[in-house]
Amino acid sequence: MKNLVVKLGAAAIAATVMATGAWAASAYPKNKPREQDWSFAGPFGMYDQAQLQRGLKIYAENCSACHALSRVNFRNLADLGYSDEQIKAFAANYEVEDGPDDFGDMFFRPATAADAFPSPFPNKEAARAANGGAYPPDLSLIAKARAPIRGFPAFVIDPFRNYAENGPDYIYSLLTGYKDEVPEDVSVPEGLWYNPYFASGTALAMAPPLFEGMHEFDDGTEATVSNMAKDVAAFLMWTAEPHMDERKQLGFRVMVFLLIFAALLYLSKKQVWARVEH
Amino acid sequence: MSKLEHHGTYTPTSGVGKWIDARMPLPRLMYDSFVAYPVPRNLNYAYTFGGILSIFLVIQIVTGIVLAMHYVPDATKAFDSVEHIMRDVNSGWLMRYMHQNGAHFFFLAVYLHIFRGLYYGSYKAPRELLWILGCIIYLLMMATAFMGYVLPWGQMSFWGATVITGFFTAFPVIGVPIQELLLGGFAVGDPTLNRFFSLHYLLPFMIAGVVILHVWALHVTGQTNPTGIEVKSKTDTVPFTPYATIKDAFALILFLALYAYFVFYMPNFLGHADNYIPADPMVTPAHIVPEWYFLPFYAILRAITFDIGPITAKLGGVIAMFSAVLVLFVVPWLDTSKVRSAVYRPWYKLAFWLFVINSVFLGWLGSQPAEGVYVALAQLSTAIYFGFFLIVMPVLGLVEKPRRLPNSITEAVLERSAKTGGGSPQLGDATASADKS
Repeated sequence: MKNLVVKLGAAAIAATVMATGAWAASAYPKNKPREQDWSFAGPFGMYDQAQLQRGLKIYAENCSACHALSRVNFRNLADLGYSDEQIKAFAANYEVEDGPDDFGDMFFRPATAADAFPSPFPNKEAARAANGGAYPPDLSLIAKARAPIRGFPAFVIDPFRNYAENGPDYIYSLLTGYKDEVPEDVSVPEGLWYNPYFASGTALAMAPPLFEGMHEFDDGTEATVSNMAKDVAAFLMWTAEPHMDERKQLGFRVMVFLLIFAALLYLSKKQVWARVEH
Repeated sequence: MSKLEHHGTYTPTSGVGKWIDARMPLPRLMYDSFVAYPVPRNLNYAYTFGGILSIFLVIQIVTGIVLAMHYVPDATKAFDSVEHIMRDVNSGWLMRYMHQNGAHFFFLAVYLHIFRGLYYGSYKAPRELLWILGCIIYLLMMATAFMGYVLPWGQMSFWGATVITGFFTAFPVIGVPIQELLLGGFAVGDPTLNRFFSLHYLLPFMIAGVVILHVWALHVTGQTNPTGIEVKSKTDTVPFTPYATIKDAFALILFLALYAYFVFYMPNFLGHADNYIPADPMVTPAHIVPEWYFLPFYAILRAITFDIGPITAKLGGVIAMFSAVLVLFVVPWLDTSKVRSAVYRPWYKLAFWLFVINSVFLGWLGSQPAEGVYVALAQLSTAIYFGFFLIVMPVLGLVEKPRRLPNSITEAVLERSAKTGGGSPQLGDATASADKS
């Protein structure tokens, strides 16, 4: 193991430090994420609780079969507008391992609000074994961990338009981006699925996960692939950045304070310096 | 200005004040340094970054101490502890985003501060030590920022640490032992994380110490100013308080507003998405790119693709990269000009702005793959970088004919205000642009 780490480290050094630089420019994703309208975009954008609830339903009924969400606790679902009783009841649907008990044995019990979402597999190896060698990543942070490089000039413009939804745009684009027709210059290995929006290749091991009409939503939202992809992307943005609403609300007060303070300081400065030529 | 000139204007009024003043005149030192201290009357906003930097050092230390209360420097727990801070610690997300973005804005301010020094010739005699102390602060900042970036133990933390400590292996004989000492082993791992955390906590206090020396040296020689002419009479200066205080405060709040915009509305814009993936020694990220403030040096590192005699391309790249920072230390002796400020040096002014553009361009090249046309461009750009210091600075000082200098700061100020109709606030000769890419 140690030897392998050393070798990998040496390989990385060779690849990047050596000025001969064998740094292959990554050509992926082939297609840039398609930008969507998000309720949480912009300086005043907030999460849409109904959307997050729909996203939770999709995660719980589909994604959770393979993908963990281990950084989210059931108690966090209060952010989605659920009451303590609802959360308790929802958590009780899950079993978590606990222990050891008085006899030193591990046991299973229903989850409580304090527990995290249990992971579908006990470890990475088990997850790979069950998924043809591909590891379905934990989704807790995925909306921040997958943000394709914007490149020039987009990265210069982004701060001016306050564009920070690269992650959910990517998730939406990936989930709706599976293509049956594979271009001729692309070869898709057996068992993988072609998707030009995938961040690290032309094809991925995850089969298209969403199908029209696979869910029924209490609020009457139509279960189109596009709607569901959007809802689950919004939900994953929340799991990655649960304090975003609070952040933007505090940010507004801070900005107002700083700008008023700056104006007052500017006037004071003018007054003070009026006495001397400078 | 001489030290005598601003010494001894402090007169304690209260009994307690007199008692303290007779025993340990700290209030007198503060008064002489930050109230009565005379500053040139013609300082523009480019001169406000020193104050801004000191505030950012405080922001980083305060948020850093709070983060350290919750952070766990253990390879299996570091990433989780950062997420714990982001999710469960009260205002933890705020501390973390302030600290993370604070590093970026610290560097933005320091680059503006350095460019200002280069533009106005702030490093020239008798301020060589002041300049060198500043270079030491910058070096310490780079080390601190690098080690801090490793602590969240994401993919880019891990692989950045692997790559950067790998630089040292380029040196013959001593290289590998140095690398192993830095890592505490043969590869980046738990011992690396623990020593980096320890040093990341130590270095800011060393920076604070050198900052005190930097300010001390500044207060001995006095500040330069856009004309580059030394202070000659009392009319050339104004007292630090209220004049400089209020101007610095205004600039600081504007800078903080820009910083707050990123903290609250785009906290991850300046970071790498890959660092939200826990470190995995088995998976190398597709791109290993340093933070923007290291990109120009990264481009220089990769520009050397050829062996020079016994020096391999790899060693050459590492030497070039370190030289790019170290060359700053000898700038006071590379510049042969008798005139300090670029305002009166038309050719130097042009060379300076080309240097700024080239630095930004180098940063952009650092973010691009080192292949094809980028290699040639990086080599050209690296040559321009060193050419500015090693050729332009010494030669231009000898051959350039500077414009006529005013006799004093006061004369320069009155000349200009006569031209503009008097009393109008000056627009600043120049503020160097950020070395950002």
